[in-house]
Amino acid sequence: MLDIIRYVYMLRPVWAVLAALFVGAGLIAVSGVNPLTAYSELFSGAFLDYYGLAGTLVKTSPILLAGLAVILPLRAGLLNIGVEGQIYMGGLFSTFAALLLPPMPAMIHLPICILFGALGGGLWGLIPGYLKALHGLNEVIVTILLNFIAINIVSFVVGGPMMQEGAPYPYSDEIGEQLFLPIVLPGTDAHIGFLVGLVLAVAMYFLLRFTTTGFALDTIGSNPQAARYAGIPVRRYVMLSMFAAGAIGGLAGALEILGLKHRLYHLFSPGYGFDGIVVAFMAQLNPLFAPVAAFFLSGLKAGALVMQRAVGLESTVIEAILGLVIIFVAASLAFTYNRTFWKLLLERRRQVEADLGASMGEK
Amino acid sequence: MEQLFDAQFMADFLGSSLRLSVPIIFAAIGGVLAERSGVFNISLEGCILGGAFGAAVGTYLTGSPFCGLMLGITVAGSVGIMLAMLAVGLGINQLVAGIAINLLMVGLTSYLARLILGGDATSTLPGFHPIALPGLASIPIIGPVLFQQDILTYLMYLVVPASWWFLYRTPWGLNVRAIGDYPVAADSAGISVPFVRTVCVIVSCMLAGVGGAYLVLSQVFVFTEHMSAGKGFIALAALILGRWNPVGAFLACIFFGMSDALQLRLQFTSPDVPYQLFSMVPFLASLLALVLLSGKVRPPAAIGKKYVRGGK
Repeated sequence: MLDIIRYVYMLRPVWAVLAALFVGAGLIAVSGVNPLTAYSELFSGAFLDYYGLAGTLVKTSPILLAGLAVILPLRAGLLNIGVEGQIYMGGLFSTFAALLLPPMPAMIHLPICILFGALGGGLWGLIPGYLKALHGLNEVIVTILLNFIAINIVSFVVGGPMMQEGAPYPYSDEIGEQLFLPIVLPGTDAHIGFLVGLVLAVAMYFLLRFTTTGFALDTIGSNPQAARYAGIPVRRYVMLSMFAAGAIGGLAGALEILGLKHRLYHLFSPGYGFDGIVVAFMAQLNPLFAPVAAFFLSGLKAGALVMQRAVGLESTVIEAILGLVIIFVAASLAFTYNRTFWKLLLERRRQVEADLGASMGEK
Repeated sequence: MEQLFDAQFMADFLGSSLRLSVPIIFAAIGGVLAERSGVFNISLEGCILGGAFGAAVGTYLTGSPFCGLMLGITVAGSVGIMLAMLAVGLGINQLVAGIAINLLMVGLTSYLARLILGGDATSTLPGFHPIALPGLASIPIIGPVLFQQDILTYLMYLVVPASWWFLYRTPWGLNVRAIGDYPVAADSAGISVPFVRTVCVIVSCMLAGVGGAYLVLSQVFVFTEHMSAGKGFIALAALILGRWNPVGAFLACIFFGMSDALQLRLQFTSPDVPYQLFSMVPFLASLLALVLLSGKVRPPAAIGKKYVRGGK
C-alpha cells in the first residue's frame, strides 16, 4: 500500500498537468468551444499528423536543450533564468562562425559553427557563475539582466553591422546551404536538433547518477556548507555548472539557427529559455524525464495553431494553459511524500478497522 | 547639437522621461515592499500586465477610468494573492512561483483581451487627463513637466515618500524589515511572519498594478498583448540599483526613464546611432551597480527563503 502511495506521489507532475488541462478546459469553454473537440484537435494536430509531428519535433529541439540547461545547475541549487540570453548568444556566435570564417569544407565548418554556439552560450553563462562564486551575487537577478543585454546585442548586430542589405527588417545574410543541419523527416523542417537533445539528456543522466561530479553537484545543492566542509570545491563547481548550462543553452541557439532559421533574426527565440524552466520542473530535475516533458510542451505549442484553424479558438489560450501547467506542477512539488505520515495513517486505519471488527463481533 | 540646449527640447525630454518612469516607479516601490519582507516578487511583470488588462477592461465596460483603475488594482491584487498562496502558503520556490505567474498572465490577459475587448482593441479608451496645479505649473520648464500631469503621477509623488516613511518611521515598517532580515527574531517578538509577508506581497502587486493601469489610462489608451514588455524586470533592476530603498529605487527609475527617453528620441532623430545600445543602459547599469557595490550593499538577509518555524 505504501508503495502505491509513493508511486502516486512520484507521478505528481502528471496529476498537475491533468489538473491544469482541466482548468484550461474551463478557459476554452468561455469561448463557447467544446473543450474536448479543442483538445482532440490540439493533440491529433501535434502528435498524430506527419507534418504536425514534424512541427512538434522542431520545437522540441530548443525546448529540450533549454530544459537541460536549467536542470544541470539547479541540481547544485542555481536557478538559471538566463537560458534565453544564452540561446541568443549561441545563435550569434554560430552565425559569426558560419558567415565570417574563411571558406572550408562543411565537414569541418559545421562542427565549428556548433562549437562556437556552445562557446558563446557557455561564456555568457559563466558570467553569472563567476559573479555567484566570487562575489556571492544572486544568479537569478544577474541572469535576468543578462537576458535583456543579450537580446539587445543580437538586435544591434542584425540591425546594424550584420544586417542584410535591403532587408525589410533586421536579419543577417543567409548561411551557406552546406551548413544546414540534416533533416530527419523528409519534406519537413524537423532537423536533427531533438536527437542531439536526446543524447545529451541520457549523457546528463549518467553524469548526474553515476559520477562524482553528479554527486558533488547534488551535495552542493542540498547543503553548500557541508559540501565545502567535505572538501568539494564549491566555487569551481558553481562556475563549471553554469558554464556547461550556458553551453547547452548556446547549443540550443546554434541548432535553431543552423537547423531551422538559417539566418540570424532579431528576437529569434520566442521565450524558449523560459519553457526550459517549465520542462525542468515537470521532469522533477531528472534529465531522463526531460525529453518527455519537452515533447509534450512542444506538442501543446505546435498544436495550438492547428486548434486555432480547426475550431476558431484563439491560440493564445495555450499560453494561458502553459502558465497553469507550470503553476500546478510547481505547487504539486510542495506536496512531498512523507513515509512516516502515511505509515501512521495506514496503521491508524487498520487499528480502527480492527476495533470496529472487534466491536461488531461482540454484538 | 545646439538643439540639446533648447529649453523646449529639455522640457520635452524631461516630460517623456517622467512619463516612462511612472509605471516602473510604482512597480519598483511595490518590489521594495515585498523584498523587504523577504519575498522575491519576480511576478511584478505579471502584475503590471494584470493592472493594465484590468484597467482596460474596467474602462471599456463602464466608460470610467476610475472604475478601470479599481479593476486594474483588483486584478493585480489577485495576482498577489496567488503569489502569496504559492510562495508564502505552500512555500514553493518564490522565483519559480513568480515565473509561473508571469507566463500565466501573458497568456491569460492576451486570451481574455481578445474575448472581451475583441476587435475594439484599436479604438482608444477614455483615460486620465493632465490637471495643472495652480501656481506650481507656471514655473518655467520644470512647472509643466512636474505639475501638469494626470492624477496617477500625483499619486506617485505621494507613494514614494509615503513608502519611505512607512518602512523607516513606523512600527509596521520596522516589522516588515525585521521579517525580511531575521524572521526568527520577528517571530519570537510575536509578529506573524506569513501574515505580514502575505500582506506585503499583495500590496506590492497592487502597486505594480497601478503602474500597469497608468500604461493604459495615461499613456496609450489601449490594451496591447504583453504591453508590460519587461517593465517589471526593469523595476526589479531599479530596486537593486536603489539598494532596496524606496527613494533609491525612485531615483534609479528616473535614471532608467531618462535613458529610455533618450533611446526613443535617438530612434527618431538619428537612425545611424544604434538605439539598442541605449536600451541596454538600465540593465548594464544595474549589473555594474551589483558588481561594484557587492559586499557594501546586501539584499534583505532572509530574502527568497521560506520561513519554517523552528527551522534553521
